[in-house]
Amino acid sequence: MSFFGELKTLLKQNIREYGMYIALVVIMLIFTILTNGLFMSSRNISNLLDSAGYIAVLAVGMTLVIVIRHIDLSVGFLAGFLGAIAAIFLTRMDWSMWLVIPIILLIGILIGLISGFLVAKLAIPAFVVTLAGMLIFRGALLQVTEQSGTIIIKNDQFNAIGNGNIPAIAEVAGLHLSTLLIGLLAIAFFIYSEFKTRRTKNKYGFDTLSMSMFSVKLVLVSAVILYITWILAGYNGFSWTLIIMLVVVLVYYYLTTKTVLGRYIYAVGSNPEAAHLTGINVQKITLFVFGSMGMLAALSGILYTSRLQSATTTAGTLFELDAIAAAYVGGVSAAGGVGKVTGAIIGAIVMASLSNGMNLLGVGISYQYMIRGAVLATAVIFDVATRAKRA
Amino acid sequence: MADYILEMDTISKSFPGVKALSDVNFKVERGEIHCLVGENGAGKSTLMKVLSGVYPHGEYEGEIIYNGKAQQFREISDSVKVGIGIIYQELALFPDLTVYENIFAGNELKSGPFINWNETITASKKLLEKVRLRITPETMIRDLNVGRQQLVEIAKALSKDVKLLILDEPTAALNEDDSENLLQLLKELKSQGISCIMISHKLKEVISIADKVTVLRDGKTIGTMDAQTEEITENKIIRSMVGRDIEDIYPKRPNQQIGETVLAVRDWSAHDSNLDRQVVKDAHVELKKGEIIGIAGLMGAGRTELALSIFGNPKHYKMQGELEVLGKKRKLKHTSEAIKAGIAYVTEDRKGDGLFLLQDIRENISAANLQKIASGGTINVNEEVKVAQHYKQSLNIKASSLEQEVGKLSGGNQQKVSVAKWLFTEPKILILDEPTRGIDVGAKFEMYTIMNELVDKGMSIIMISSELPEVLGMSDRIYVMAEGRIKGELSRSEANEENIMALATQ
Repeated sequence: MSFFGELKTLLKQNIREYGMYIALVVIMLIFTILTNGLFMSSRNISNLLDSAGYIAVLAVGMTLVIVIRHIDLSVGFLAGFLGAIAAIFLTRMDWSMWLVIPIILLIGILIGLISGFLVAKLAIPAFVVTLAGMLIFRGALLQVTEQSGTIIIKNDQFNAIGNGNIPAIAEVAGLHLSTLLIGLLAIAFFIYSEFKTRRTKNKYGFDTLSMSMFSVKLVLVSAVILYITWILAGYNGFSWTLIIMLVVVLVYYYLTTKTVLGRYIYAVGSNPEAAHLTGINVQKITLFVFGSMGMLAALSGILYTSRLQSATTTAGTLFELDAIAAAYVGGVSAAGGVGKVTGAIIGAIVMASLSNGMNLLGVGISYQYMIRGAVLATAVIFDVATRAKRA
Repeated sequence: MADYILEMDTISKSFPGVKALSDVNFKVERGEIHCLVGENGAGKSTLMKVLSGVYPHGEYEGEIIYNGKAQQFREISDSVKVGIGIIYQELALFPDLTVYENIFAGNELKSGPFINWNETITASKKLLEKVRLRITPETMIRDLNVGRQQLVEIAKALSKDVKLLILDEPTAALNEDDSENLLQLLKELKSQGISCIMISHKLKEVISIADKVTVLRDGKTIGTMDAQTEEITENKIIRSMVGRDIEDIYPKRPNQQIGETVLAVRDWSAHDSNLDRQVVKDAHVELKKGEIIGIAGLMGAGRTELALSIFGNPKHYKMQGELEVLGKKRKLKHTSEAIKAGIAYVTEDRKGDGLFLLQDIRENISAANLQKIASGGTINVNEEVKVAQHYKQSLNIKASSLEQEVGKLSGGNQQKVSVAKWLFTEPKILILDEPTRGIDVGAKFEMYTIMNELVDKGMSIIMISSELPEVLGMSDRIYVMAEGRIKGELSRSEANEENIMALATQ
């Protein structure tokens, strides 16, 4: 097969997945042109990624919840509430960050499991359970912040999670050295693992990409990593938020694509009755997915609270809807069984890019909402249309 | 000259790939009870759907003459308008509404723009008397048993001034008293000039009530018997229902080795608390190594329920009795336990509860035994591809690649994926529920060959099937079920279509 023939089939087969990346690139290009390059500046990209962090981790968990045909409306105020609890632990109790974070994550898991229990064991619709949760956590957030108002956090270590960057070690030609090193390591690891996969596949005698296409893929992905690294190294380097986001994606990517548990999650979403007859414990899977959602909501709360360096009375408002929107832009299907965590991250970055770019351009908030709504609708229409076409 | 209320003339109806009805003639005289009988899939329900407008004019060939006029029903309401009322096997009532709301649902009595509830209730009372149901119209449907719900359905049909009443297996879910009561009512309605078409599998009932019996087989009219001119017997009906040449598409198993018992159930009963009904009653079944047993019976006889109750009881029936698997007494509480015990169940409804239609072939085949190709919870995808390739070849699954979505395969290939998934669990006992439903003859033959290869390797198979030729062709022994009970056990040599059908219609 010719190089272009192969490219064409690859594009055709993966149009839905690639469509999202293409859309992101197009959006970024448009804003870069309209802002005379300001959008792609080191400082702005760094800000953009940091501001996407707390929604992105929610979107990852939400994607799995939607994959198993449920929804979680409680995560916004749960994040806000747990952020406030973290603030109280840090300020009033004066606990160490290293103690507070695990405790908060654990509380998140427990609350997620309670929602999961009501959904899985008692068969109460997730919409109702989590709507109730939304009201309860909103009240709880008000309760703990009512007397003091906004709780200011003075713990520098904790505040660095949302605002700080990894230490530079040294600067090379004005670039952040450790960031460059991490970027180069990531590229090396990527190339190594690609070659390793290719070798085992060949050993099994399976088809692999042609050498030319394989090289193009390696060069392209390496170039993208290098470019992002270079941009970020030009400002303050990788932020802690970005590192946390990347770790979450890596863990969930591995979980959903490589493990038995991940396969079961998609099986339950695709056909719960069949999953049950296949010997999969549907209730356990549901509990796991809600537990994970609770943990990620806690993480989101930590990121947001740290970013603001304080817990406010309205923290978490509408987070859940932003996360749901990001998951849908990222290609999750409401019918269940389909959706990737990498898609959720891209979806979150698309939505963050829109807000960020429009802010730079000075677009009024009223138009911003309408445009974001239109993009969400377009993404889902594209998704449905390409799905129908392939059928 | 007979006075026909309905003449259906050379009706043909095709679905993609199947001809469901070909040149069916069916006539009903005014004021008679006409029974329509035939095996599952003979075309009875399709014919009634043509008549009631579910399949609109233009989707079938042939002519419907009703009350002397050619009719072209475009939708169900067209047939209702001229006085045709149909009551389906699955009742179409709203359980949380009252009896009177249900009777006039879709046909509300209005004064101006508002519903006149007083008149509705009064009219409902009269209708309830007519069907001899002694309840107040304010009763909730949920609080009535199935027999009484059936009567409400009839009252609903009567409220629309029905002239021709069609009942699809009305007594299938009823106990004896309720059945008797219903048949009595039909006779009364007949005396009031209402004609009736009844589809039924219970031949005793058919004989007791029918003025005429028409037999359908493979989408064709076989003949109509008239109770006035001949004596209708069960034997006569059964012979017309099944009398066909058995094509020899059943491969032989020359060197079959039958070993010790691998599965047995004794005094096995299952109670479905949702339906509040015993779905399996005192069943005794035994399966030996290297054997194929067939479970025959009509729809609703409890065959699938029996299989599920053995396979880890996923529907949570209340169970009684004893289950022995590979010589050990077992209580299997979850499908995963049944799989571990060496049992596999290939469902009759592969799209509904068998396959993950959005997932690809590879992911479907490995789904029930992922542990085998995983270490520490991580799947070895290369091993998985190898496994999938193996089954794709050995079962001859036709697909462009292993990455093809299962939802986009043909029925026969989907069935093979479904079987492959369960073979990968390496079962000792394989339960196949309607293994050839909805697949073409070529794929059927492949399925039979696969079954033979499996028993040759020492597997044991329970095959549930509604197709009698298949049951007779493939089984070493046959159990016949009806109303949740095993009505009889026949060896391969003594079984024929007539004696199976006789047991199944008891």
